[in-house]
Amino acid sequence: MRLPCPICGDRDRREFYYMGDAVALHRPAPDAGEDAWDDYLHLRDNPCGRTRDLWMHEAGCSAWIVVERDTATHEVFGATLARKVKR
Amino acid sequence: MRVDGKGFVNRAKAVSFSFDGKTYQGFEGDTLASALLANDVRLVARSFKYHRPRGILTAGSEEPNALVTIGQGAQAEPNMRATVQEIYDGLVAKPQNAWPSLAFDAMGINDWFAPFLSAGFYYKTFMWPRKFWEGLYEPIIRNAAGLGALSGQTNPDRYEKAFAHCDVLVIGAGPAGLMAALTAARAGALVILADETPQMGGRLLAETHEVGGKACHAWAADMVAELQGMDNVRLMTRTTVTGAYDQGTFGALEKVGHHIADRDDDLPLECFWRITAKRAVMCSGALERPIAFPMNDRPGIMTAGAVRTYLNRYGVAAGKKVAIFGNNDDAHRTARDLAASGVEISAYIDSREGVALDGDFPVYAGCQVTGTEGRLGLENITVRKGTTDLMVSADCLAMSGGWNPSVHLMCHMNGRPKWDEAIQSFVPVDGMIPGMVAAGSAKGVMDTGGCLRSGAQAAIEALGAIGLDAQMPDIPQAEDDAYVISPLWMVDLGGKAKHRAWLDFQNDVTTKDIKLAAQENFKSVEHMKRYTTQGMATDQGKNSNVAALAILADATGRTIPETGTTTFRPPYAPVSIASMGAGSQGKGFAPERFTTSHLATLQRRAPMIEAGLWYRPSYFPQAGETTWRESCDREVNMVRSTVGVCDVSTLGKIDIQGPDAAAFLDFVYANTFSTLKIGKVRYGLMLREDGHVMDDGTTARMGENHYVMTTTTAAAGQVMKHLEFVAQCLKPEMDVRFISVTEQWAQFAVAGPKARDLLNLVLDAAIDDETMPYMSCADVQVAGVGGRLFRISFSGEHAYEVAVPARYGDSLFRLLCAQAEAMDGGPYGMEALNVLRIEKGFITHAEIHGRVTAFDIGFDRMVSRKKDCVGQTMSGREGLHGDYREQLVGLKPLNGQQALLAGAHVFDVADEAVRVNDRGYITSVGYSPTLGSYLGLGFVQNGRARHGERVKMVDHLRKAEVICEICDPVFFDPEGGRLRG
Amino acid sequence: MVKLVAQTPCHGLLPISLGDISLTEVTPQAIFSYAPFAGQTRGASEALKTHHGVAMPRPGRVATKEDVTAMWFGQDQVLVLGARADAGLATFGAVTDQSDAWAIVELHGAATLDILARLTPVDVAAMRTNDTARSLIQHMSASLTRLAEDRFQLVVMRSMARTLVHDLTMAATGLAARQKIIQE
Repeated sequence: MRLPCPICGDRDRREFYYMGDAVALHRPAPDAGEDAWDDYLHLRDNPCGRTRDLWMHEAGCSAWIVVERDTATHEVFGATLARKVKR
Repeated sequence: MRVDGKGFVNRAKAVSFSFDGKTYQGFEGDTLASALLANDVRLVARSFKYHRPRGILTAGSEEPNALVTIGQGAQAEPNMRATVQEIYDGLVAKPQNAWPSLAFDAMGINDWFAPFLSAGFYYKTFMWPRKFWEGLYEPIIRNAAGLGALSGQTNPDRYEKAFAHCDVLVIGAGPAGLMAALTAARAGALVILADETPQMGGRLLAETHEVGGKACHAWAADMVAELQGMDNVRLMTRTTVTGAYDQGTFGALEKVGHHIADRDDDLPLECFWRITAKRAVMCSGALERPIAFPMNDRPGIMTAGAVRTYLNRYGVAAGKKVAIFGNNDDAHRTARDLAASGVEISAYIDSREGVALDGDFPVYAGCQVTGTEGRLGLENITVRKGTTDLMVSADCLAMSGGWNPSVHLMCHMNGRPKWDEAIQSFVPVDGMIPGMVAAGSAKGVMDTGGCLRSGAQAAIEALGAIGLDAQMPDIPQAEDDAYVISPLWMVDLGGKAKHRAWLDFQNDVTTKDIKLAAQENFKSVEHMKRYTTQGMATDQGKNSNVAALAILADATGRTIPETGTTTFRPPYAPVSIASMGAGSQGKGFAPERFTTSHLATLQRRAPMIEAGLWYRPSYFPQAGETTWRESCDREVNMVRSTVGVCDVSTLGKIDIQGPDAAAFLDFVYANTFSTLKIGKVRYGLMLREDGHVMDDGTTARMGENHYVMTTTTAAAGQVMKHLEFVAQCLKPEMDVRFISVTEQWAQFAVAGPKARDLLNLVLDAAIDDETMPYMSCADVQVAGVGGRLFRISFSGEHAYEVAVPARYGDSLFRLLCAQAEAMDGGPYGMEALNVLRIEKGFITHAEIHGRVTAFDIGFDRMVSRKKDCVGQTMSGREGLHGDYREQLVGLKPLNGQQALLAGAHVFDVADEAVRVNDRGYITSVGYSPTLGSYLGLGFVQNGRARHGERVKMVDHLRKAEVICEICDPVFFDPEGGRLRG
Repeated sequence: MVKLVAQTPCHGLLPISLGDISLTEVTPQAIFSYAPFAGQTRGASEALKTHHGVAMPRPGRVATKEDVTAMWFGQDQVLVLGARADAGLATFGAVTDQSDAWAIVELHGAATLDILARLTPVDVAAMRTNDTARSLIQHMSASLTRLAEDRFQLVVMRSMARTLVHDLTMAATGLAARQKIIQE
């Protein structure tokens, strides 16, 4: 498996650290309530198809990236720097 | 039997090898199989389940029968295919799964019980009594069935891993592959051409027709020579592409040393390649399938294509009297080539009516082989025409049920091939593997001319996709005979069949097993496969799956496409576990991290322990000390009474700078750092977002926008990733930069009442309480070198950590130790460090193990409510604090000499020690020479309210029970007077 | 007065020659990392150019002027080898002394690419001179820079120097043994 790092280009999967759904970018406000926090921390969709998840190019440039890929076909559509997605 | 004037083996170079204890001669270029056949050895193995005598079926990596053990002692390698193994001088091959000998195998008795041993036999028979399965039935069955055995010794061979990258990967170097590679190479692409065998050419080495006006093998050699001369081409022989993975990644196994006599110790036996290709062309060829006729498994019965390969490539006649049985025109070539070489053909049997064949041998059209004879090798076959049986003498039967395209790699990403009626087999469908196209017979093209064209076309398609223009090369003139086949999966004798007909030779699956599966409603192909084990052996049913499917289709009244196919998974051919882990043997397993004091520590004979990847001293033994406890007790006493020195460089150190550095720390730490004064140090508690503790450590403020954070050794990497996550994903608006400085500094703890005296011997400017109070930090000059000093303590003593650039670490450690020894102090190791911190109730990751909250360790008030921080919201949620939580406590045995055990659980004294009564557990223990007692830290439900109460520690595994008293986790100097000096 | 004695990261390990392959340690006079603050990339680059003669290299590239090399080292980060940071840099970015943090080894010889192909998933053959990449060498996080056709600079954490030498040696001896069977 290879992932397209927006800084380094296509790289082998072993350079990356996997975190999970890119929903982790959307941290609720402290007073958002228990449901919002429960959702943010513990509840994840398990899609068969397109998904966006967070990876870190740990053994590369250290960038956190959002990768769009398909869980069924394993196709990777692209990746964006997480801080750009966030801004 | 060797045939004069045929084959490419080097007859000038005889090679001596042994099989089953006997010595034989072959030639350089022989496989073990060709050399055995040349010596008229037909019996080479016993089958998996029935221990039936077996010979060589094929001439390639798909071989199901001829598995042998190669080599001796620790280097013995089981389950090597004789059809792939090249011979070398001194090669030792042994048969497997036979006792006492290959010719007389005691377990051959299984064959007599065959009527009882059909599919599902074990499940049906050994159901009762249940507990007998593990102890009795299974070991016996496993012992009787089986392949070769491992030596049980450490494998001394070296295995290598490697990475390769290319524009176009061509898999297989037959006519299609050679043409594809040449087309791609001429277009300027970086090409890798991989082939399983030592010599490229594929079927062209096994046939006698012409390509471009030359013998086909000569044409192949010319092509290889041209490719060899091109800088952009890498030819990889003896390399099997074993798997197709995501984004153009392929696994490939190169056999590097299997064919070398007296291998150099440094020579890798195998190399496992990860090949990244922008495009791939699969030219993996086709595999011939046997026909399931009664007793079709005797040694001497082979595929017709293999008989031709042995003749044309190796110059070996597989028999003296060969019969041929086929359902397609390709088998005619075997007759033609054998006849041309003067090998006697005793019968040509074609299942199709009206087939005519020129030659000086009897042709039986519209006939079938219905039986065979010969105990350890074929002697006679029975040919049936209509209702008449005819006995034909033959020591070799070449059979051909047609050819199956090798679609396996195309299926590795869950793609499904489609049924092709014309060739009666499955062919690949476009797009099964993104970026890979099939060509040649792998795609169902069965004539050489078509294969050459198909290879070139596939390459042009692949090149176009990566923006390279390619010219269609001239396609040389080659045979384009039509491949005519009429299906024949099994010879059906109706209900009268007394004898079994094999499909999967390696797992001993017969046509009857498939029918039984259908009858018992295992009608789905995946169910049939698991019920009968069809296709589940190491050859993955390469010869037999299609026929099994056809028989299942017939038994269930469906067509083959309706029945479906099983799933092919990597690896295409067996891959040793050792080569999967290649590069990770011995010290290649993980990096070793050494501190700058490592050598000086070894010179002091300190045993080293692994702390993650780091090596740290356990203790520093002195003359007369015989146990680690003696050394540890002395080191603890030393720190409490004079001074100790300990390398703490392994703790993570992160340099944090930027206008928002303070705000950033306030967000990642539960407590506040923006209020920390420059030149001061503060203990920090880091939470996970779910409210549990992630890590702790001290952070020093070096300047207005400059901090140095310390993490634990264990969590240094995790904390770095976390900080990057917070900075990039949660707070990208914060202007902060950080980098690890763990490796930049060698840092030593100097602890004990005489710590300052010691430091003042090495610092250029003396320090005192005023200049360097507790929890302060400063830039200092250490023996003329710029360093840093932190007044912090993990021992409860008056203590410092002094840091210098790592290049001076060795020197400073030696200096500090020497000076300390002059004060009756010295270095101390991890054991003493652990006891010192337990005496003080300081926590490590033994305590903050991932399920612990700030409340649990008594630090709830550190979680600031004045600001948001990671974990703040959730640390306040229901369930994370209250008297039902297990809280950090100290535990002291009533009898101080009774050892506590980390990992043991805590129960109320009167309760039975069972799970429902569990009150907590012990995380850290040590013997405190200071207090003359074992001490423990642990977690007990509502523990903080239970100080002074008695509980019992029970360890069921180690059989220990100790009554202890719950107390404050700070056992020693609770007021902290010693810290402040 | 006592004096501290300096040791290099590969002290006692290098140099090594294996056939035509050589491994030598590189010890720049000083090393620092430079990470521009938000919106200060241009200012940082100019400051670097003014004080040290080299501009900030683009991702994946190395810039050299006389004894100073500025090497891309990760997102928003360069490693400057061969100089102590001028005080003028701190206005535009974070400067951190890294002089002792890294083991730097030069790998030189005809088998350089083949050795690296056994240790790193990066396509080293596709790198041009002065290309640099962060990746893995075996299990270690590393920086790889192509200095010439047959010469690479490899950087790993100081504490892993011995493992780097071990891994390179294993790859090189394995290749040498392969070479022997081809010649025979």
